Amino acid sequence: MIRVVLPRPLCAVAGAERELVLEVAEPVTQRTVLDALEARYPTLRGTIRDHVTKERRPFVRFFACARDLSHEPPDTPLPEQVVHGDEPFLVVGATAGG
Amino acid sequence: MSGVRLLVGTRKGAFVLTADGRRTKWSVDGPHFPGWEIYHVKGSPADPDRLYASQSSGWFGQLIQRSDDGGKSWEAVGNEFTYEGEAGTHQWYDGTPHPWEFKRVWHLEPSPGDPDTVWAGVEDAALFRSTDGGTTWQELSGLRGHGSGPSWAPGAGGMCLHTILPDPVDSARMFIAISAAGAFRTDDGGETWKPINRGLRSEHIPDPEAEVGHCVHRLAMHPSRPEVLFMQKHWDVMRTDDAGDNWREVSGNLPTDFGFAIDVHAHEPDTVYVVPIKSDAEHFPLDGKLRVYRSRTGGEEWEPLTKGLPQSDCYVNVLRDAMSVDTLDACGIYFGTTGGQVYASADAGDSWTTVVRDLPAVLSVEAQTLP
Repeated sequence: MIRVVLPRPLCAVAGAERELVLEVAEPVTQRTVLDALEARYPTLRGTIRDHVTKERRPFVRFFACARDLSHEPPDTPLPEQVVHGDEPFLVVGATAGG
Repeated sequence: MSGVRLLVGTRKGAFVLTADGRRTKWSVDGPHFPGWEIYHVKGSPADPDRLYASQSSGWFGQLIQRSDDGGKSWEAVGNEFTYEGEAGTHQWYDGTPHPWEFKRVWHLEPSPGDPDTVWAGVEDAALFRSTDGGTTWQELSGLRGHGSGPSWAPGAGGMCLHTILPDPVDSARMFIAISAAGAFRTDDGGETWKPINRGLRSEHIPDPEAEVGHCVHRLAMHPSRPEVLFMQKHWDVMRTDDAGDNWREVSGNLPTDFGFAIDVHAHEPDTVYVVPIKSDAEHFPLDGKLRVYRSRTGGEEWEPLTKGLPQSDCYVNVLRDAMSVDTLDACGIYFGTTGGQVYASADAGDSWTTVVRDLPAVLSVEAQTLP
């Protein structure tokens, strides 16, 4: 099971708690985690990544295991600690705007 | 007893303000969607409890919310706004071509007759329609595909389609306006569009016959007379009597003819309201006095309405979608400011009261008259 932490503004959109648990088939990557997240919470479509291109929105960041994974290719396997549920995959709204 | 519901969009959420027909005591419900920019909330004329709201953020993009109980509860519906075909380019601020990019929905216009049909005016400028209550959206690409599209350019607030006026008599006809391309009309249900900007004069456009390029801020229409439109342009208040084929200036004795909001009295087609703003560089009222101006002659002759409005040290703005009228016998008129105040008049503008004074900056106000 994969743990995902949402930014607070998206919790209300999804009608979900901040931390979610998702079943994600291997390989566990940014793309497969986000696919599973959007399948379970369709209202999140378009809020984290573009509907069509699936590119991350510019002011959204991904972290896990104290690493910024935002610029990793979306099909790169996520760290083992995320795959095993020891560490969450964090979706973060960037600190921006003053 | 009849009542009024005001749907208020702000920089940090939506608010629903309600009063009975006397319009003296208001209740404030909100914020809905706290922290999000709510550019516009509007109810269906066919079902007043069906509301649509445009919710957006620089971080998380665009959402569309729908309510079926007058704003008590909301459901996120479809938010995929994909331009038809090749997106193409428009003109950027420096005159270079710039790809069309969806940014947000500025205005939602529910159909007069069908609660499930709603149009969305978006930035970068395009018109979308949903016929399933906002679940899916299709672009009416004949507008953006008009030959002039590559020469459209953004105004200071972005290249937004901000006004959508369906003709209440002819369902195939609709008017829209874009900053800073101008006004357009379709006579065939949105398949094809023509620019309707003849007679507009803009300092930054040397060609007086320019088909597009005008910074139209807002259009207003009285439903009994859809061929007559009033326009608040960047500078100049304008009027057409032939559905936009020809415009003439009716700024008359206004102290400044820059502004954003314009609206028409619910029962008097020649009674028009504007809020003059000092200039495009100074987005606040002249001399720090917040004055609505009313013309009872369809323009040219204007009178200031000040009773109950701040007449010193007031430096707020009133944005293009932030004025609305109800349809009660004594027409009510409402507007919101970037300072967070919402003002109401239950006597067609003769006097004003403050409904609420400390909201986030108000982006839009829509009045619903309830049975």
